[in-house]
Amino acid sequence: MTNMPLDNQKTIQFEVMRYKPGLDDAPTIENFSIPFTDDMSVLQGLQYIKDHLDGSLSFRWSCRMAICGSCGMMINNEPALSCQSFIRDYYPGKIRVEALQHFPVEKDLVIDASDFVGKLESIKPYIVPKEERSLEEGEYLQTPRQRDEYEQFSSCINCMLCYAACPQYGLDNQFTGPGVLALLHRYNADSRDGAKEERMEIVNAEEGVWGCTLVGYCSEVCPKGVDPANAVNQNKINSTMDYFLHFLKPGKGKK
Amino acid sequence: MSSRKTYVRPMKGWWLKNPFYVRYMIRESTSVFVTLYAAILLSGLICLSRGEDAWQLWISVMNHPLFIVFHFLALAACLYHAVTWFKVAPKVAPNFYIGSRRVPDMTITLIQYIIAVVCYFLLYWIIWRF
Amino acid sequence: MRRKRSHEPVFWSLFGAGGVVVAFILPAMVVASGLAIPLGFLSVDQLSYDRIHEFSRTWYGGVFLFFTISLSFWHGLHRIYLSLHDLGVHHYRQFYRWLCYGLAMTGTVFTAFFLFLS
Repeated sequence: MTNMPLDNQKTIQFEVMRYKPGLDDAPTIENFSIPFTDDMSVLQGLQYIKDHLDGSLSFRWSCRMAICGSCGMMINNEPALSCQSFIRDYYPGKIRVEALQHFPVEKDLVIDASDFVGKLESIKPYIVPKEERSLEEGEYLQTPRQRDEYEQFSSCINCMLCYAACPQYGLDNQFTGPGVLALLHRYNADSRDGAKEERMEIVNAEEGVWGCTLVGYCSEVCPKGVDPANAVNQNKINSTMDYFLHFLKPGKGKK
Repeated sequence: MSSRKTYVRPMKGWWLKNPFYVRYMIRESTSVFVTLYAAILLSGLICLSRGEDAWQLWISVMNHPLFIVFHFLALAACLYHAVTWFKVAPKVAPNFYIGSRRVPDMTITLIQYIIAVVCYFLLYWIIWRF
Repeated sequence: MRRKRSHEPVFWSLFGAGGVVVAFILPAMVVASGLAIPLGFLSVDQLSYDRIHEFSRTWYGGVFLFFTISLSFWHGLHRIYLSLHDLGVHHYRQFYRWLCYGLAMTGTVFTAFFLFLS
């Protein structure tokens, strides 16, 4: 952002969470005055701070267009992508920027996402073919209806806003969580996939769908309309059917 | 050199910090009134099985001002439960299709409202006329 | 890694059925038992011992009252148990679980007894 030495330059107050590991006992809030124009995002405000006011401010970002999922943070106590939140919408109030809730804070606005990544890896987030298929057989065919069953859930950009929204994850991080369960459902619902039974083991566990109490805030904050609450709670029905049906299948995987 | 030392923020008072969470807790708290009311109905059942005098006693207790206040609160709780339940039900149901078009969540919510109103009038009519 | 299957589906099913009862049936019941007489919608005669007793003795009346009361207990107590966790109660969870579902079971048994066995 270039300096704009105009007399009618608007400025806004940013209250930014700071935390220096090994030096601070706990996070603190630092105030900055940011000159802004109406096209600026909160991310650009943070970049202004880093470029002109305090180069030690640390935060993640990449695409600036709400597709990479890197810039999730708490903006006025709500999980949001900073590149998709605009300063003009908060002016003349203050903008409080804090690290994404329910994750350990590494430094300033950077959180430790390893728990999320580990959970994501555990659900086999890829299509496992039902049977061997050769190249000569050509591509899979799907009807629009078949694609509709999973398409919405494939929009997930792994931004973790839903984890910041989910109090059950905050209270107990054993909970698999909304985003990963939505992605799990994305693969189970895909007609090309054959690993549903393996993934159901995660679904059926206490830390699977049963950790969810349908607060529903996850779907409110999702920037991509994935509706993880739907994915998780649909699978409560699947899990229930699986539970009662498995009594009728003797010797099939004693659990 | 700085060392890595992540900070875990406490969850104490989490639900007070966002109106969405407050509404969630109100929704959950309706369960207290539901449980108490179920107990009241059970007590009515017990009185019913012990004869006319016991039943009349129960009816007169129900008409005590304190219990009338409780009933108002219980009604509010049940209605708030209903409103939130209808809103959230489409999230639990699998997505329905008519032909190839998806039935929107709002439709499922509205259908429940209609069924609810029918049920309330039906029940009331039965009590009135049985 | 073998994960343990949760038994939550049992309680969740009861909770769900109870939620339907609370949403569709309970408001009318609350009005009938505690508001209709003071507000004049019902007369005391319409809630007389003879009428209500007769209703509870029919098979459909008994079934209706059993499921209304019993499922309301299961719904309410399941939610109360989960809310304890939301409110930060992290210790003695098994105790509270047994307490809540035990009360629901007790309520169910008493309801069945007074409807069908006395």
